Amino acid sequence: MTETNSTELIRLSAAQLAAKLAAREVTAVEVTQAHLDRIAAVDGGERGVNAFLHVNTEEALAVAAEVDAIRAAGGQAAEELHELAGVPIAVKDLIVTIGQPTTAGSKILEGWHSPYDATVVKKLRAAKMPILGKTNLDEFAMGSSTEHSAFGPTRNPWDLDRIPGGSGGGSAAAVAAFEAPLALGTDTGGSIRQPGAVTGTVGVKPTYGGVSRYGAIAMASSLDQIGPVSRTVLDSALLQQVIGGHDPHDSTSLPDPLGDLVAAARLGNVDGMKIGIIKELHGEGYQAGVENRFNESLELLKEAGAEIVEVSCPNFQYALGAYYLIMPSEASSNLAKFDGVRYGLRVLPEEPPLTIERVMGATRAAGFGDEVKRRIILGTYALSAGYYDAYYGSAQKVRTLIQHDFDAAFEKADVLISPTAPTTAFKLGEKLDDPLAMYLNDVATIPANMAGVPGLSLPGGLADEDGLPVGIQLLAPAREDARLYRVGAVLESLLEAKWGGPLLDKAPELASPVVEHVETFETQEAK
Amino acid sequence: MSTDATLSFEEAMEKYDPVLGFEVHVELNTKTKMFSSAPNVFGDEPNTNVNEVDLGMPGVLPVVNKTAVESSIKIGLALNCKIAESCRFARKNYFYPDTPKNFQTSQYDEPIAYDGYLDIELEDGTVFRVEIERAHMEEDAGKLTHLGGSAGRIQGAEYSLVDYNRAGVPLVEIVTKPIEGAGSRAPELAKAYVAAVREIVKNLGVSDAKMERGNVRCDANVSLRPHGRERFGIRSETKNVNSLRAVEHAVRYEIQRHAAVLDSGEPVIQETRHWHEDTRTTTSGRAKSDADDYRYFPEPDLVPVVPSREWVEEIRQTLPEPPAERRKRLKQDWGYSDLEFRDVVNAGVLDEIEETITAGATASVARKWWMGEIVGRAKNADVDPGQLGVTPATIVELSKMVEAGKINNKMASAVLDGVLAGEGTPAEVVEKRGLAVVSDDGPLLEAIDAALAAQPDVAEKIRGGKVQAIGAIVGGVMKATRGQADAGRVRELILEKLGVTA
Repeated sequence: MTETNSTELIRLSAAQLAAKLAAREVTAVEVTQAHLDRIAAVDGGERGVNAFLHVNTEEALAVAAEVDAIRAAGGQAAEELHELAGVPIAVKDLIVTIGQPTTAGSKILEGWHSPYDATVVKKLRAAKMPILGKTNLDEFAMGSSTEHSAFGPTRNPWDLDRIPGGSGGGSAAAVAAFEAPLALGTDTGGSIRQPGAVTGTVGVKPTYGGVSRYGAIAMASSLDQIGPVSRTVLDSALLQQVIGGHDPHDSTSLPDPLGDLVAAARLGNVDGMKIGIIKELHGEGYQAGVENRFNESLELLKEAGAEIVEVSCPNFQYALGAYYLIMPSEASSNLAKFDGVRYGLRVLPEEPPLTIERVMGATRAAGFGDEVKRRIILGTYALSAGYYDAYYGSAQKVRTLIQHDFDAAFEKADVLISPTAPTTAFKLGEKLDDPLAMYLNDVATIPANMAGVPGLSLPGGLADEDGLPVGIQLLAPAREDARLYRVGAVLESLLEAKWGGPLLDKAPELASPVVEHVETFETQEAK
Repeated sequence: MSTDATLSFEEAMEKYDPVLGFEVHVELNTKTKMFSSAPNVFGDEPNTNVNEVDLGMPGVLPVVNKTAVESSIKIGLALNCKIAESCRFARKNYFYPDTPKNFQTSQYDEPIAYDGYLDIELEDGTVFRVEIERAHMEEDAGKLTHLGGSAGRIQGAEYSLVDYNRAGVPLVEIVTKPIEGAGSRAPELAKAYVAAVREIVKNLGVSDAKMERGNVRCDANVSLRPHGRERFGIRSETKNVNSLRAVEHAVRYEIQRHAAVLDSGEPVIQETRHWHEDTRTTTSGRAKSDADDYRYFPEPDLVPVVPSREWVEEIRQTLPEPPAERRKRLKQDWGYSDLEFRDVVNAGVLDEIEETITAGATASVARKWWMGEIVGRAKNADVDPGQLGVTPATIVELSKMVEAGKINNKMASAVLDGVLAGEGTPAEVVEKRGLAVVSDDGPLLEAIDAALAAQPDVAEKIRGGKVQAIGAIVGGVMKATRGQADAGRVRELILEKLGVTA
């Protein structure tokens, strides 16, 4: 058996780990333990990453041991093991899991245990992927910095004083800090892609309906989508292939599969493809360093044989406004169930009378944070009699216009491209008191949610002025997720060739992991 | 609780013209709930027929029950409605603990069925057309029980218990257009309309249609306007009037109450009223105002329901015969007179008679038994005739015994009592009670001789050809045999004895 040390194990991609596991060069327990050790070393404490709200040590190791036992026994059961069996994963704490708490980053669900598994979690269990734990997020996924978590912010592994993006900052930071090779996120307006951008990782929002939402605590049902978080494009494809597909529990899930995404990621060919720059999604309002990296990526794609065209999506300028009507409207209704009657926090009013209305009111007042309350109030107002047509109604019309813009753009281009976020990671606390500035972070990611089309963010390099990661976003027509992987894989390999290795190799070292009981192994260099 | 002033119904009718409207909620008898796979079963232990969806757990999503859609289409078609080519669900948002999500998933501006009508036959045969505005799908709420206070009301209760077994049970809400022109027959029409809807959903097999279980629930809207005025008056909505009689009474009462309010010069308040069966009155519930803002918006977790035209036609082909048409056919088949048939319908024993005929009785025998024997007993027992416990087989057995001369009609009635008292089958009752007709001619001849001797003048008359006088002798014989003789045979023997041919 070839030997690899724990520090090297955690830096391997999911695909590399899968290959080593299949070749029995390493055991699933060793892989899982290495990541648990890394979590123990870098996640907690004053200056910890704080990516995890719950670490699932026992169960993760038990699943890993099961995989190892099956492999050791050989035969049909071993052959039938999923490609990713034994590859550990972190799950955003918006997704419900039996056996671990699910908080949605909110006090109102503190201590609650789901009696059922989300469909994606069932799929992870079926693939025998050890679940390392639940990752931090903005409360109910409402935010772009993970600062709105009721359990403290997550820190960006590139600079611990900066935000890891949001709402899925926990998942992105966990992957960027080598605490997990893979993670699940949810993306309502950019909550997978924007954290990916600012942490130098890959994040994909699949086509709406491509992955079941059953068991993802809803913020805005018509926009929410579960998707993969990883360090490589291929890893995201592998993970989407596990979690995707029709689910009878989610009537908005697509009836047909989205094709072979892994093959698309492995194919990696852009020769003759038309790639469209969205005029409205770069330039003014985008940080210079972001713009530079974006242009660099365009050059690389052109050299690889792609044709770069410009498309205009004039209605994208209304996307943010419409999003901030539709999302809070749906959220105000989706979050009505958190009332202290059936589960979660229950707070009694300080003064009598003790009526049900007052118990619900006191529970919600104490259980929800400011950003959640802000959106509930906004949404309740937008849906009110007399305002519905002007707000929710108009926003739905904008949504249709955005879809038309995409339709027209995809007549001219196979894939669209833009920076994922206008800036690199900002400082913790910097925008906390300015909700509008915070909302602007999602300006480039929101249109995909409004139209239900898939989007992928991958690392585009470091901004010259601050040395922080920049994200490049690819968008494809609905159901054409494969195109994202095909183009993303090419761009990734071109960029890594230019950098001489993965972007995360340039990230600063975090605290040393605990290694005392792990033997030393020798890494096989991945091709 | 103050008592509202009322006018007499007659005076109210003299002055005002009633306009009615009904919202009838029908609980469907699907195996599972509207949006979840939990069982749809009545009467189980509280909170046992629930899963994470019914409890509104975080992360759950609804999935539309296809059978419920099919049942709704059946109801729509039976109400002569158009079936939408595409329709959506909406969310009706309000905070109340009987609704686990704090919103009800209901169709709002896109009902599955719309623009229909139902022809209602009143007791005297008059047909009145009620226009149906819509029939839409929604989910039922859970059941709250308020304890520690007075009269089971939430006000003053110490605590409340919630049973979510009913939460998510599929409902179809049938909404009429305003019903004008019923005049003084409004209460009767109200009852007949709800009865017709109940009959239709029962006949379709889509609901258990038991009003006492809340399978069919009626909200009755009433408003009055002076005769000749076109504009409607302000309406009240009397909630959950849950028996046919109560519907009639509630409409009648509200007409009388509105008339008194209008007479006093006060405006009628648009409000919800609660029906009280004990006093046959309504009391004020909640004032309807602009404050009721349910913030409806399209349910984003569900895709539109798109019933294909082929499917709708397929369903149409499988619809059972409509009750009204069935009645026409049965009346003809059975050869009942108008009056006889109406009595049967009004007594609510149409199904029972049909089953009895199917079991082997003739139409006239079946009617005689149900109308002559069973309906009266049911009335005394204060139950529906069908619930008394008489099976078609019992009636067939009884009628065969009578035909065979084993027992006479009077005895048959006594046997039925025995059967109902749990003494066994008709044959067993006859055996136990020793009720067999005396068929041995020996004892009969003795009794005949005695009767003829007791009334020699009558015997003379018969001998002289006045055969109709025979009744007195037959009566004497029957009396002597305590009713156990076969009257027909007695008659034959008397005539034989006297040498007269009938």
